[in-house]
Amino acid sequence: MTVIEARGLRKAFGTNIALDGIDLRVEQGRILGLIGPNGAGKTTALNAILGLTPYQGELKVLGRDPWSERNQLMTDVCFIADVAVLPRWIRVSQALEYVAGVHPRFDRAKAESFLAKTTIRPHSKVKELSKGMVVQLHLAVVLSIDAKLLVLDEPTLGLDIIYRKQFYDSLLNDYYDRNRTIVVSTHQVEELEHIFTDLMFIDRGRIVLSCSMEEIESRYLEVAVKPDQATAARTLKPMHERQILGRSILLFDLTLNPVDRQQLTSLGEVHTPSIADLFVAVIGNQPAKAQGASR
Amino acid sequence: MSTQPNAVPESSLQAKEIAPRVVSPAQILYWSIRRELWENPSIYMAPLIAGVIFLFGFFLSMISLRHHHMHGALPLDAAHGHDVFASRYEFAGALIMGTALIVGIFYSLDALYGERRDRTIFFWKSLPVSDLMTVLSKLAIPLVVLPLLSFAITIATQFVMLLLSSVILSGSGVNIGDLWRDASFLHVSLVLLYHLLTVHGLWYAPIYGWLLLVSAWAPRAPFLFAFLPPFVIYGVEKLAFNTSYFLNLIQNRLLGPGNAMAPHAVAPDFMATLIPHHFFDTPGLWAGVAVAAVFILGAVRLRRNQGPI
Repeated sequence: MTVIEARGLRKAFGTNIALDGIDLRVEQGRILGLIGPNGAGKTTALNAILGLTPYQGELKVLGRDPWSERNQLMTDVCFIADVAVLPRWIRVSQALEYVAGVHPRFDRAKAESFLAKTTIRPHSKVKELSKGMVVQLHLAVVLSIDAKLLVLDEPTLGLDIIYRKQFYDSLLNDYYDRNRTIVVSTHQVEELEHIFTDLMFIDRGRIVLSCSMEEIESRYLEVAVKPDQATAARTLKPMHERQILGRSILLFDLTLNPVDRQQLTSLGEVHTPSIADLFVAVIGNQPAKAQGASR
Repeated sequence: MSTQPNAVPESSLQAKEIAPRVVSPAQILYWSIRRELWENPSIYMAPLIAGVIFLFGFFLSMISLRHHHMHGALPLDAAHGHDVFASRYEFAGALIMGTALIVGIFYSLDALYGERRDRTIFFWKSLPVSDLMTVLSKLAIPLVVLPLLSFAITIATQFVMLLLSSVILSGSGVNIGDLWRDASFLHVSLVLLYHLLTVHGLWYAPIYGWLLLVSAWAPRAPFLFAFLPPFVIYGVEKLAFNTSYFLNLIQNRLLGPGNAMAPHAVAPDFMATLIPHHFFDTPGLWAGVAVAAVFILGAVRLRRNQGPI
């Protein structure tokens, strides 16, 4: 089943084009990482998917038009926006009570058992909690909703590594199953690359790379070349080159440039690039232009 | 480098298949209103405090009344006593109602502005509650909740007043039976309830609708945006045409469509004022309700479009 389908999705803020006609398709059961520099249009794309902003073009989420059917959609979709948005005045118990009151798919007992594992007390107000605890609370609420699609926009921004680790552990262990779909936008690629099934790079309102993690393994190769072989290696036309500890790291896109693997192995150590390195190579290869600063 | 996410046993997939509960619109409205009361305890605290302060003042006045009465400085005959107490009961009602009015104004101005300012609108919009339901729940606070609350608090205050005066004045020579007879709670409270629900619920609806509209739209300072335009319109009309229709319109709206509905208009046949058609025939009532509906629909549209500030 297709969970998200967009064709020619476009959104402009005045003269600033945030989304420049993107096409995307997310199937059920995938965990999509949406990665892009600041102002690339990630949040705008997610807001359009969540029915928070009007757009041009075609967009269907779980078969619905998010802009005109937001509240019906929110029965099956839940999200954590890019900023901590739990109201500061609310008590933990009130937050659970309210969500239980209005959401048909919320399992309060489950949320309470999540919270029991934390140091959050039911009587505390959100403003008394630390930033990490607020995220834990929000996650406890969201993970207790039996939704088909979960959208997380920079969910762990500003959290320390321990909270981030816990966050993604509970996401995978307590929530994810193959019926659910998760879309995560993030800057913290290194910690997340092992949980994604699909990857999408977005830059200046356009999708510059969209593929599954398996495809990345078969498509991209990195070779660490010693200086004396660097010139020879460069004749193979790598898409990107960087220097580390006296070696040249050359990145090849085998789809565009079918280099022989054997030949690369003879030049140096061959491995699959990390997402962060791939991101820098792909985004860095885009035609130079001032980065947009829109949301 | 990429690993598949942790496999989940098939059994746990099936275990999660639970049929969603059905949440009725009435339930959503109920929880939305409770949410407003959690966020804004001033909705009930302010009228309560007004009642308590009034009772304290009343307590002091009773002490002094007893003192004067017992020393013959101010003999309290039955007719005079009736007036004294009737005006105090009335004053208690007016004080609590006025407090509720002020709370309602400030509440409405912040209702749709605050959630944009603190960005919690993202959280509220992540739940299956429509913009219409949200705005209606926020409208229900000044139109229904505050009038009913101030009614309950007024009745409670007046009852405590009666008890206080009975206890303090007993043995001072004042006839306690007269106090109870004059209080005539049932009649007065029916008029009060009628006044609260009609004037505060229907007649003022366009005012609260306007405040909510501004609250949904204002990029900053909703108070200014709510109160400046009426002044400008009045000024322009006065300068251009030397007329004051707009001012009269606002005055008429604020002061109510005449004394027929005021709680103190307890005429000898005061039950007549309760006959609904009297009020519901008032010119301007339904026009006002229609204007309120337009403002409210505007606020709903704005809430859908507006993001955080």
